[in-house]
Amino acid sequence: MTLIPEAVIFKHIGITLLETFIGFILVTFIGILISVILWWNKSISEVIEPYLIALNSLPKTALAPVLIVWLGNNMKTIIVCAILLAVFGTIINLYTGFATTDPDKLLLITTLGGTKKDGLFKVVLPENFPAIISSMKVNIGLCLVGVIIGEFLVANEGLGYLIIYGSQVFKLDWVMMSIVILCLIAAGLYKIIDMLEKKYMSKL
Amino acid sequence: MKPVLELQNIDFSYNTLTGETKALKNVSFDVYAHEFLGIIGPSGCGKSTILSLISGLLTPTGGIIINHLQSDSESPAFGYMLQKDHLFEWRSIYKNVILGPEIHHCLTPEKTGFVQHLLEEYGLAPFKDARPSQLSGGMRQRAALIRTLALSPQMLLLDEPFSALDSQTRLSVSEDIYQILRKEGKSAILVTHDISEAISFCDRIVVLSKRPGSVKKILDISLSVAEKTPLKARNAPEFRHYFNELWGELHVGTN
Repeated sequence: MTLIPEAVIFKHIGITLLETFIGFILVTFIGILISVILWWNKSISEVIEPYLIALNSLPKTALAPVLIVWLGNNMKTIIVCAILLAVFGTIINLYTGFATTDPDKLLLITTLGGTKKDGLFKVVLPENFPAIISSMKVNIGLCLVGVIIGEFLVANEGLGYLIIYGSQVFKLDWVMMSIVILCLIAAGLYKIIDMLEKKYMSKL
Repeated sequence: MKPVLELQNIDFSYNTLTGETKALKNVSFDVYAHEFLGIIGPSGCGKSTILSLISGLLTPTGGIIINHLQSDSESPAFGYMLQKDHLFEWRSIYKNVILGPEIHHCLTPEKTGFVQHLLEEYGLAPFKDARPSQLSGGMRQRAALIRTLALSPQMLLLDEPFSALDSQTRLSVSEDIYQILRKEGKSAILVTHDISEAISFCDRIVVLSKRPGSVKKILDISLSVAEKTPLKARNAPEFRHYFNELWGELHVGTN
């Protein structure tokens, strides 16, 4: 085991985690933003919906070679890979939730003199908070998948790189260890979102 | 007496895929200060549409609505109360009832004091931190009323506010709301399909025909009870007479 004494393994874990977090935050942000835009403007949503469904069904790994050419052999490609993997499903889920918000609750806001913006912040977002959290739970895992795929293809650091490199030089102990660490990371990340959910659900 | 609200020859039609549907035809009536006016009619006759027109959610295709009520941005002329309470489960009762002032950005200390007073007056103060699901149907409806009253509207538009409740709760809630509205000195328009509810609650009843809705009759209700409340009204000797008259009006031409 040369990895631990030289503290190399921690660098690889750190890189993978960092990429996952950046991807996850961007996915959550972009997902909510686009869903809100689609909810706000019906004609935009009608135009975009078929494309979203097609893109969501597309195996995103097929895009990876394009990304390498466009964005280069760097961390950007990995993060974009993670975002692409998760963002379409997020938008479809959240938009469906937003669009099926109880219309009578929105009418209530109107009768109290509220605008569409009040409807968004006082009804749509709070009512769909559980849906947002559950999509975050799915996304943290998907982002990790995207990051590993990205690292398989372009990285020279990170756990995905370690797995690929390990298998190429027949150091299967590295590969197995990386997989175990990934399992732990996935469980840990899920747990973090779960804790956040419990904390804010009770506060809301 | 001068009316506070006049509807003159209101027409309303809306477009559907198959063409234009006429919902209301030549509807005229007045509402006076502190009066409770009932609107009854067969289902689909445009009863609720009238409320939407009055509150400005819809614009009439013909005729005019003259509104003599004083209003400003902080206290609108009209307060709406819908069939269901629509209390938000993610807010406490207190947060629910201050929704109106919150939307109007007028959460001043006077306003919160007023809301607090309403909650205390109508027995909801102990539940102000509770979630809506912890309240009974009647209390939820009372909370919904306080939410409407929080903006101090001058006229309440009640759109079948009791119809989602079971029949016992319904009686006590209508009693409750009647007394609250009288005490606060509001005028109100109650839309309902329930004849007894209309007679027991209202001072005057507008009967609408089936679609396109037009005014068939306006009936003054005067009952010989000392102090009218919905429950006492049901024991008045004239109650039956009014009931039969309205029943007749509503069912003429349907058979």
